[in-house]
Amino acid sequence: MAKDTKKKRKVKANSNVEKYAICLENINKSYEDGVPALTDVNLKITPGEFVFIAGETGSGKSTLIKLLLREIKADSGNINVCGYDLMRIKRRNVPKFRRNLGVVFQNFRLLKERNVYDNVAFAQRIIQKSEREIRKNVPSILSAVGLAGKYKAKPKQLSGGEQQRVALARALVNKPSILLADEPTGNLDPKNTTEIMHLLEKINENGTTVVVVTHNREIVNLMQRRVITLRKGVIVSDEEKGGYIDED
Amino acid sequence: MKISTFFYTLRQGIINVFRNKWFTLASLATISACLFIFGLAYSLLVNFQHMIKTAEEGVSITVFYDEGLPQEEIDLIGAQIGARTEVSRVVFVSADEAWAEFSAELGEAAEGITENPLVNSANHEIYLSDVSAQTQLVKYIEQIEGVRKVNQSEFTANLFTGVNSLVTYVSIGMIAILLSVSVFLISNTVTIGISVRKEEITVMKYIGATDFFVRAPFVFEGIIIGLIGSALPLVLLYYIYEVALKFLADKFAFLSNLLVTLPVWDVFTVLIPVSLAIGVGIGFFGSFFTVRKHLKV
Ligand SMILES: Nc1ncnc2c1ncn2[C@@H]1O[C@H](COP(=O)(O)OP(=O)(O)O)[C@@H](O)[C@H]1O
Ligand SMILES: [Mg+2]
Repeated sequence: MAKDTKKKRKVKANSNVEKYAICLENINKSYEDGVPALTDVNLKITPGEFVFIAGETGSGKSTLIKLLLREIKADSGNINVCGYDLMRIKRRNVPKFRRNLGVVFQNFRLLKERNVYDNVAFAQRIIQKSEREIRKNVPSILSAVGLAGKYKAKPKQLSGGEQQRVALARALVNKPSILLADEPTGNLDPKNTTEIMHLLEKINENGTTVVVVTHNREIVNLMQRRVITLRKGVIVSDEEKGGYIDED
Repeated sequence: MKISTFFYTLRQGIINVFRNKWFTLASLATISACLFIFGLAYSLLVNFQHMIKTAEEGVSITVFYDEGLPQEEIDLIGAQIGARTEVSRVVFVSADEAWAEFSAELGEAAEGITENPLVNSANHEIYLSDVSAQTQLVKYIEQIEGVRKVNQSEFTANLFTGVNSLVTYVSIGMIAILLSVSVFLISNTVTIGISVRKEEITVMKYIGATDFFVRAPFVFEGIIIGLIGSALPLVLLYYIYEVALKFLADKFAFLSNLLVTLPVWDVFTVLIPVSLAIGVGIGFFGSFFTVRKHLKV
């Protein structure tokens, strides 16, 4: 079966698209109330890139992330992520597609009643890894994010920074090719913010494409990476080694 | 599906069962009540049926003839009765045989009686294949020329057939009501479970959980409730049945040839698999369709 879908994908995807980890062409999306959240968005991200999506609250950043996760579907345009045509993907293939992505959120979204180890192992169980692999992979990813000593802690016993590290470990343990982070440092103090950003850079250096949504101006200016700025659902700027553009 | 996935989703299902205790208990109680009534009705019905069958195998009508009626005529009437479809067997009992049987019953009291006092008691014992036709048959025989008297066994089949259908209708009604209540409650239990775990389900979907993986724990939850809900009344009924048999044997020994009960295992070899199947079925379908409705992955 896996062989079959792979073949179909090859036939459908054109070579232009295959080059990109993420490719959006003329994407429009508005919610039920009719107010456009994204308008005519064109965006290409190559594998291994580190990209900031910047913009004020309500500018459409989270909508973009949701489109990339195929949590929602665009109204029109073309969107291709990891070789999957998200306008035409079958519902039953969505789980398989999502296994190429890792995602973290501002509010961490850890499972409160499970400890650190189980929160991370959870991701591996979902993709049906064997317990033997899980016992190998989870400790290794936990030490990579600097949480080697906290296996047994419950989320509420951890600081915000530590909780986001657990969330990162969970997002990374399945070795995704793209990491999406929606305001990952929105709830963190400056020290933890810097640490998480360094961790994201490290992850990127290991080959993972990283897309970080933020409206933290200091971080964007400090890191000197590609910055895509959204304003009212429109990409108003896309700069290599850019800075944070203020609304005027 | 991998074995480890099976056990993981099963364990999550068990955790669900304990997570929303009150709804679990409510579902359990209705399923148990439903299957308890089912079990009770079933036990009663098979026993009644058994009693009727036993009664049918026994004598139900005895036909006595006019004094001095020649043997040939008696034989003729016997043959006439035997030709009817509801009659399975006709046995001739001569006066001597009747006396021999009766004196054996009397025991010591019959000693010294040398002449047969039952000269005119030559009779036919009629065995029926369908007890419900008894009353009509008696009417028919009574109007035959030469028949002096027709004795019916005091046991009336009609009573049993009446009770039988009453038990059937009442229990079918109650089972139908309780069945829908239990499906409703299971569905509610699962819905609550889903809403409690909304966050977890969202995260699972982001990670790339398949529909099966997200749904399986809730379906397991339903099956577990159904399984326990059918096991409880079975255990209870087993003890009640044993106690009832003992009670009947002790207090109603004089009716022992009428109240012929079935041994426990004759009833339970059928009742156990059927109850378990119904319980698991309710649990499975109740949760399966709820999960399909609420978990659009
Ligand atoms: N589920 C929704 N239903 C209706 N409107 C929404 C929904 N989610 C977001 N929006 C609207 O879409 C616009 C973009 O929102 P969002 O993508 O969340 O922005 P950001 O993440 O940049 O703050 C906003 O105007 C917001 O009110
Ligand atoms: Mg947002």
